[in-house]
Amino acid sequence: MTKMMTGAKMVVQALIDQGVEVVFGYPGGAVLPIYDEIFQQNHIQHVLVRHEQGAVHAAEGYARSTGKPGVALVTSGPGATNAVTGLTDALMDSIPIIVLTGQVPTFMIGTDGFQEADTVGITRPCTKHNWLVKDTDRLANTIHEAFHVAMSGRPGPVLIDIPKDVQFAKGTYSEKAKRTSHYAPQVKGDINMITELAEAMATAKRPVFYTGGGVINSGPAASQLLRELVEATGFPITSTLMGLGCYPASGPAWLGMVGMHGLYQANMAMHGCDLMINIGARFDDRITGRIDAFSPKSQKAHIDIDASSINKVIRVDMPILGDVANVLEDLLKVWKAQGGKTDKEALAKWWKQIEAWKATDCLGFTQDGPIIRPQHAISRLEALTKDHDRYITTEVGQHQMWAAQYMGFEAPNRWMTSGGLGTMGYGTPASIGVQMAHRDALVINVAGEASWLMNMQEMGTAMQYRLPVKQFILNNERLGMVRQWQQLLHGERYSQSWSEALPDLVKLAEAFGAKGIRCDNPDDLDEAIREMIAYDGPVIFDCLVEKHENCFPMIPSGNAHNEMLLANAQVQGGITGTGAVLV
Amino acid sequence: MSALNIKKGASSHSAYDLRSTFGDTIEKHTLAVIVENEPGVLARVIGLFAGRGYNIESLTVAEIDHTGHRSRITIVTTGTPQVIVQIKAQLGRIVPVHEVHDLTVEGPSVERELALFKVGGQGDARVEALRLADIFRANVVDSTLESFVFEITGTPEKIDAFAELMRPLGLQEVARTGVAALARGGDSHV
Repeated sequence: MTKMMTGAKMVVQALIDQGVEVVFGYPGGAVLPIYDEIFQQNHIQHVLVRHEQGAVHAAEGYARSTGKPGVALVTSGPGATNAVTGLTDALMDSIPIIVLTGQVPTFMIGTDGFQEADTVGITRPCTKHNWLVKDTDRLANTIHEAFHVAMSGRPGPVLIDIPKDVQFAKGTYSEKAKRTSHYAPQVKGDINMITELAEAMATAKRPVFYTGGGVINSGPAASQLLRELVEATGFPITSTLMGLGCYPASGPAWLGMVGMHGLYQANMAMHGCDLMINIGARFDDRITGRIDAFSPKSQKAHIDIDASSINKVIRVDMPILGDVANVLEDLLKVWKAQGGKTDKEALAKWWKQIEAWKATDCLGFTQDGPIIRPQHAISRLEALTKDHDRYITTEVGQHQMWAAQYMGFEAPNRWMTSGGLGTMGYGTPASIGVQMAHRDALVINVAGEASWLMNMQEMGTAMQYRLPVKQFILNNERLGMVRQWQQLLHGERYSQSWSEALPDLVKLAEAFGAKGIRCDNPDDLDEAIREMIAYDGPVIFDCLVEKHENCFPMIPSGNAHNEMLLANAQVQGGITGTGAVLV
Repeated sequence: MSALNIKKGASSHSAYDLRSTFGDTIEKHTLAVIVENEPGVLARVIGLFAGRGYNIESLTVAEIDHTGHRSRITIVTTGTPQVIVQIKAQLGRIVPVHEVHDLTVEGPSVERELALFKVGGQGDARVEALRLADIFRANVVDSTLESFVFEITGTPEKIDAFAELMRPLGLQEVARTGVAALARGGDSHV
């Protein structure tokens, strides 16, 4: 069935046909026809953000907490350029989002028109793919294709730039099924290589599963299969920041997060293993540390849907190109068909070693004195919220790492954090996107005051749509992670890393019409957190914490996994040599 | 041999070989990239090389199938084996890229480049230029009393050699097309 309609109507119709329920956006001259159509329908809810960056991060939060694509709609020029950070963030973390931008009319393109920007040019390197649609007849198909590209293979952000005259003109609407794309990434892994891995698993003496965001992106089935595999093999498992929740933190094989601020036992296991099974992670530099000293004695298998992730940084012995769920299903089958054997004696010894590493209690701290330690604040937040239907977003910095270390995630899609790009200002809009998808859940943005200020205007959005997001701000009046690096690397010269003239966050909450809670006393903390949870509306929680706390464990840049700093006492002379140039 | 003693770089029974060859020498490879002929596709390919710091030694692009909307981009690039594999994988995930072929490793191939040389001069130098052009099977496509424009096709090395010979004889201007390449033999995979 084909129908004639305007381009603007087509946009709305295509979104409805794609099952979109929520669009995050901000109107402007070049998208007014689309907004006019949004006004005249009731299928799609539009959430008016306060800044286009917020729209894209909200769409990311929505996508990550649901597994469905997120959609953002912004105007041309500044609307599009403001979306760039969100697009790059989604590209780095493989989050499927569709961003629709308005554009000046086709006859004005290239004339430096008002609010004209070369949007497809600017966003080419920060999208998985993008389109400039110059013909209304092609608009609907392009939108359907965009959803397909965003969701297929390694997911990612796509952008469709729609000139205003294309929105006004009439054309033929084509249905979802009329896709003619050749784009179809391989999802099935090579069975011979999977067999090789299964054989290696049967004889491994010191194996470890190293999992990442790919498990989450592959869908709930992948997490389920991973749990089965871990249970069946009894191998220890760690995860990157992006993969938290794919295996439950309460599970017996869980080592905690790996990486620069990963747990001692996780990093030591990665360093000392003889078989590393990478499932949907990408050997990011936050994980590997020094490349030439990375897990020197292991055979490495790598399951990834993106061929360009394989052998990019770390050379692997068993590359398996395919979708995680697909490959894990085959791997389980093959391994079971082989008799499901493992070297139990060696594994027992390996676990004994791991228990010894765990005994260092690398996250141990004591809450003494009158000042709240940030680790204590997160621990209490964890204890008081873990039994809730809970979603956590974060900003970027020390608080993010503490949240990853001290909070436990039992299920996928519950943890939304900017991993690859490290975008300060991500958490508040992301929490709004999550809450839009899960209206009755407890959504908490664990933040630092500096990050939080970067997109705090989105509190207005939270108020407008009655989204009871909790902004849990660890306020140390510092750019904590920057300060930590300056202490370790730059001779304690704290250049520009503290926040002067911070607003009164409680008054700020009240100015937005939200609830403000301040807590600076460890004895009051639990009660204050309970008050935050109980309040039916947005809360800004100003948690005043120790100003000079450092985040440990830490693998300093340019060091290997077994060269972790565990406490301030070990920080001597800072980072020198080649490590100093790394970020 | 335990299963963990898999020989590095070996693929015992994989249908495709993603294993790095573990070499660190710089190699030159000719890639044929078949793309959807749509706006911006060349920018995507070039942007990939620029953004990730890969080399382009030569680049040739033209539409090869008007009805099928296909263009062929021939890229000569250099890098370690690991980088070459990475370039191919990165090219392969660009959405409008249909196929990526590494002509250097997929069997014998032929490479040709076309160049135009403007050589000015009089007397012996002019005669010598014409004589050398004849040896290189270059054609004269334009002539004045003081200049020739030679058209020459061949491998990049042949054209380099011709350029070196023309330089002392009054070489004024060069235009080169970059490399076009095809696999030898009757099979067509592109």
